[in-house]
Amino acid sequence: MTGPMRPPAGGDGARPPAPAGGGLRPGMRPGGRGMGPGGGHMMGLTMPPAKARDFRGSFLRLLRRLRPERTLIVVVFVLAIVSVGFAVTGPKILGNATNDIFAGMISKQIPPGVTQDQLEAGLRAQGKGQLADMISTMHLTPGQPFDFTALGQVLLILAGVYLLSSFFGWMQAWIMAGVTQRTVYRLRQDVDTKLGRLPLRYFDSHPRGDLLSRVTNDIDNIGQTLQQSLTQLITSLLTILGVLILMLTISWELAVISILAVPASIVITILIASRSQKQFVAQWASTGSLNGHVEEMHTGHSVVKLFGRQQEAIDVFDRENGKLYEASYRAQFISGIIQPAMNFISNLNYVAIAVIGGVRVATGQMSLGDVIAFIQYSRQFTFPIVQTASIANVLQSAIASAERVFELLDEPEEVADPVEPIRLPSTRGAVAFEDISFRYEPDKPLIDDLSLVADAGHTIAIVGPTGAGKTTLVNLLMRFYELDGGRITIDGVDTRDMTRDDLRRTFGMVLQDTWLFHGTIRENIAYGCDGASEAEIIRAAEAAHVDHFVRTLPEGYDTVIDDDATNLSAGEKQLLTIARAFLADPAILILDEATSSVDTRTELLIRRALDRLMHGRTAFVIAHRLSTIRDADTILVMNRGAIVEQGDHESLLARGGFYAELYNSQFTEALAEAV
Amino acid sequence: MIRLLRDHLRPYRNQIVLVLGLLLVQAIGNLYLPTLNGDIINNGVAKGDTDYILRIGGWMLLASFALAGAAIAAVYLGARIAMGFGRDVRGAIFRKVETFSQVEVNHFGAPSLITRNTNDVQQVQMLVFMALTLMVSAPILIVGGIIMALQQDVPLSGLLVVILPIMVAFIALVMSRAIPLFQAMQKKLDRINQVMRETLAGVRVIRAFVRTRHEEERFEVTNRDLFDTSIRVNRLFAVTMPVMTAILNLSTVAVMWFGAIRVDSGDMPIGNLTAFLQYLMQILFSVLMAVFMFVFVPRAAVSAGRVREVLDTVPSIRDPEQPAALPSAVARMGGRIEFRDVEFRYPGAEQPILRDVSFVARPGEVVAIVGSTGSGKSTLVNLIPRFYDVTAGAVLVDGVDVREMDRRDLWSRLGVVPQKAFLFSGTVASNLRYGDEEATDDQLWHALEIAQGRDFVEEMDGRLEAEIDQGGANVSGGQRQRLAIARALVKRAGTLIFDDSFSALDFGTDARLRAALDREMGWATRLVVAQRVGTIMKADRILVMDEGRIVGSGTHAELLAGNETYREIVYSQLSEAEAVA
Repeated sequence: MTGPMRPPAGGDGARPPAPAGGGLRPGMRPGGRGMGPGGGHMMGLTMPPAKARDFRGSFLRLLRRLRPERTLIVVVFVLAIVSVGFAVTGPKILGNATNDIFAGMISKQIPPGVTQDQLEAGLRAQGKGQLADMISTMHLTPGQPFDFTALGQVLLILAGVYLLSSFFGWMQAWIMAGVTQRTVYRLRQDVDTKLGRLPLRYFDSHPRGDLLSRVTNDIDNIGQTLQQSLTQLITSLLTILGVLILMLTISWELAVISILAVPASIVITILIASRSQKQFVAQWASTGSLNGHVEEMHTGHSVVKLFGRQQEAIDVFDRENGKLYEASYRAQFISGIIQPAMNFISNLNYVAIAVIGGVRVATGQMSLGDVIAFIQYSRQFTFPIVQTASIANVLQSAIASAERVFELLDEPEEVADPVEPIRLPSTRGAVAFEDISFRYEPDKPLIDDLSLVADAGHTIAIVGPTGAGKTTLVNLLMRFYELDGGRITIDGVDTRDMTRDDLRRTFGMVLQDTWLFHGTIRENIAYGCDGASEAEIIRAAEAAHVDHFVRTLPEGYDTVIDDDATNLSAGEKQLLTIARAFLADPAILILDEATSSVDTRTELLIRRALDRLMHGRTAFVIAHRLSTIRDADTILVMNRGAIVEQGDHESLLARGGFYAELYNSQFTEALAEAV
Repeated sequence: MIRLLRDHLRPYRNQIVLVLGLLLVQAIGNLYLPTLNGDIINNGVAKGDTDYILRIGGWMLLASFALAGAAIAAVYLGARIAMGFGRDVRGAIFRKVETFSQVEVNHFGAPSLITRNTNDVQQVQMLVFMALTLMVSAPILIVGGIIMALQQDVPLSGLLVVILPIMVAFIALVMSRAIPLFQAMQKKLDRINQVMRETLAGVRVIRAFVRTRHEEERFEVTNRDLFDTSIRVNRLFAVTMPVMTAILNLSTVAVMWFGAIRVDSGDMPIGNLTAFLQYLMQILFSVLMAVFMFVFVPRAAVSAGRVREVLDTVPSIRDPEQPAALPSAVARMGGRIEFRDVEFRYPGAEQPILRDVSFVARPGEVVAIVGSTGSGKSTLVNLIPRFYDVTAGAVLVDGVDVREMDRRDLWSRLGVVPQKAFLFSGTVASNLRYGDEEATDDQLWHALEIAQGRDFVEEMDGRLEAEIDQGGANVSGGQRQRLAIARALVKRAGTLIFDDSFSALDFGTDARLRAALDREMGWATRLVVAQRVGTIMKADRILVMDEGRIVGSGTHAELLAGNETYREIVYSQLSEAEAVA
């Protein structure tokens, strides 16, 4: 479950004597993410408690993102003021009603005709001075029956005040929902657009899981905090202010007592929260290491068994499990104390007011209604304070999330495309690398002063051991990375003078790890070619020898490929990407032709399809097969980032160098004995 | 869920009783305070009796202290019980899974087992904690509140009959609308995660195919969809709290009105009116809390069910009661593997994946198994360590049916390099010592040398002590395979089983590794599953598998001359043009 409905925080949970009467503000929801048991942290194990590095800066930046909504935010503020205003006057009116009832009750016992002054004098004469004092604060109408019309009026006003408070509270929350959701929507859009503009280098150096969590968890966290905490913060602060004013108007002496409770609450909250924060960090850490262990042992289940390490696995588990237990019960306990502690302070305050208020009423210094109103106000007072303190915590984590998202948004983007790009009318496919230099990391030289020419229609095979830099060449050709020196031209035009889109449209790719997306087979083949006709798609599929297979599927071209394409074999996936390349009909092909873990029949199909695809196109092939290498017009032998040899098969063999050695070790043994 | 709770909370029952007692004290304290407050007003304020006010004030103070003490003790015990419960269940699941055979692990899938032991337990554990601290006190407060309210004034309590149903009806209405919305929202969140994951995974392809804009549009549609749903969720909540507040507040107004009538007629002292108001709020709040909390019960129940499923699973493969007494494995002595008319089918499968498989691998022999994907090679290999049990026939290791052996004994005789070279987090050395804890550094280096891993380990930071990330993510596929091979070698078992373990090695390394194995481990029986012809050509015997049967057996030369399937495999890898050359 996500969204605003969170496990109810201790906030209201074990709340003892609830605020009598109008103590409730429409904005307070029992789901507030507090620190109490059931608060944000509890289910929030997915989110490590994080601290923002630059809280102020990031907070302000987050607020700036709300700027398009500023008019509505002003409206929200106004509505909040009105709603809180009505809510805090409620108890005051309620107090008046209590006074009326109390007065009415006493009035009835006095014989008609006796004035209030006479009554007081009479009481004093009887030595009941105290009672007389008390009565002096009342507005008595002796002998009259209780005035229900007056009470009715007061109560009607009270009902109206409450209804209006709720209505404005609703309006405010309704508008706020739009404000925050639109802001979150925009933030997601910005991040997605940003991802499209980041250089590939960025993706290499950032784990996918981390990026994913920034786009999803972090933004989600921001959204929830904006929705809940911002409104709560506004209303809590306004409530504190409003209640304070009203308390002072009733009795400044009692107000002072209540205000004394404030620093006490804050200090206790901060003390406990910082301790529990530490425990939550520990809990998070041990959850992480326990999960890591479980994941490892379950994934490597058979290895653990084969090597007889079950007992050790269980021992480690028990140790980690015990640590998690220690950390989590401490975390839950300490954070669980906040609520009882707050309640205790609130109860002390309650007792103090009841006693002092009671005495003051008895001595005629205050009316009963005022005391009752005051009790309610003091209750209303503690809650928003605790809430504000806990929001500070939630806000910390949200700002840390925002910081991570902003960090992503601030990453430098790819070099912009040229303002007046050169467009090739039609590509012949002549490619030249001229003295190019490139390195992924500045201090690790990779490619230096490499040159090579591929004539149109030629096949260039790239061979060499793993990590020799074969894929890097391809990446540079596609301009996934920027060169450190030299230039690459296609038909004589520097690739940097073209737009990236135009450049990449001239290439077709068939890679070792096929990439299909969630969609139908038809959509997957037509990927990259909007508006391809049905006939064209089928022709491409036929050329790739995949048409027959597709037709054997129950839904043919409409078969949906699921997430991990588990309903297709590796070979079938490969054929689909070949069909995709056929349809795109590019001038230059890039092939990574490995066919590992494909059965022999499919492998033959793939090979035939590839041969047809390469016909008449310039092709860069990361070669794994002998036939490709032998037939290639040029073979590049790469080792440790450099082209160590270059030429055709015969000349390279004749040379007796690295290639000859590689060739002999890899193929001859198998070949000689196979025949 | 009930059963899971009952079983695993039993050790804590005394503590639970204590918590319930504390919660009761808390509830009574909470209920007592308003009564005392009412007393102050009725007997103190109304009569102007300052002494009385002070005395009751003292009681109230005492009640507050008791309340705070009870609450803190309850939270402490609650946290201990709930977290202890979670710890116990996690331990039980982990131990259970360790008894599972491959059948059960596959049935659940490792990721699902992980989720069950982590998130699912977490869900149930938090429910227990909430129950012990908040949920249990809600009914106590409701019942207690009603009793106290009745004590203040019976006719006025009649208002509850009107207010409670209105409230419950409203909550039910909100829930019935909120739950589907939440589900929809969760789906849309999953969807946006999925789109994002695809975008990140395919970033190269997207750019290569110039599809950035297209993907952005796709994301925008998904994002817009999520926005639409989440705004509906939030607007539903925008109306919920104000309405709840209005109900509570209007109840107060109603109580004041009817209370005034009761006070006026002299049936009720005014102090009872204020006390009643407080009880009313307490009841309504508790109802609200109870309902909001019970929303989490279904979710935890689903989790509990998933946990139970694991705990209730009976492993299909168990050790025999009286394992056969085997001569203990002798050092540097090759093992003997025999398949006798083995048939195997996966549970529920129509067709057996292996049938009529018979062969013997004798000490010191190299037996290779080739065949296309799906021909049953890996299944065959998995029968030897008894990851599965044959459905007919028998597998014998060192002359004894594996089903009659203690599995730990069985496993100690096998050095297996699995298809997926799985490394554990730790160091190179800690991974290699999985084979033999006592192995010296020299022995480790020796194994690495045979596995062709010495060079790259020497280049690693820290050499044998170099860090290995979980799953071996920080070394290349070829390095991972070589480490897994070295790990199996360190074990010095009589039989080595290589399940397609050379696939990530380049041909040269593959050849050197096999040569070193022949040289150094010639005494050990070796079973080699491979896709590449080059890897297995020199084996003493090659078994050719097709559709679960052995269709040919012999040396490379024999098979090339007389076995069609084998020839097909050979020529698919070395094309005819190459073969002629």
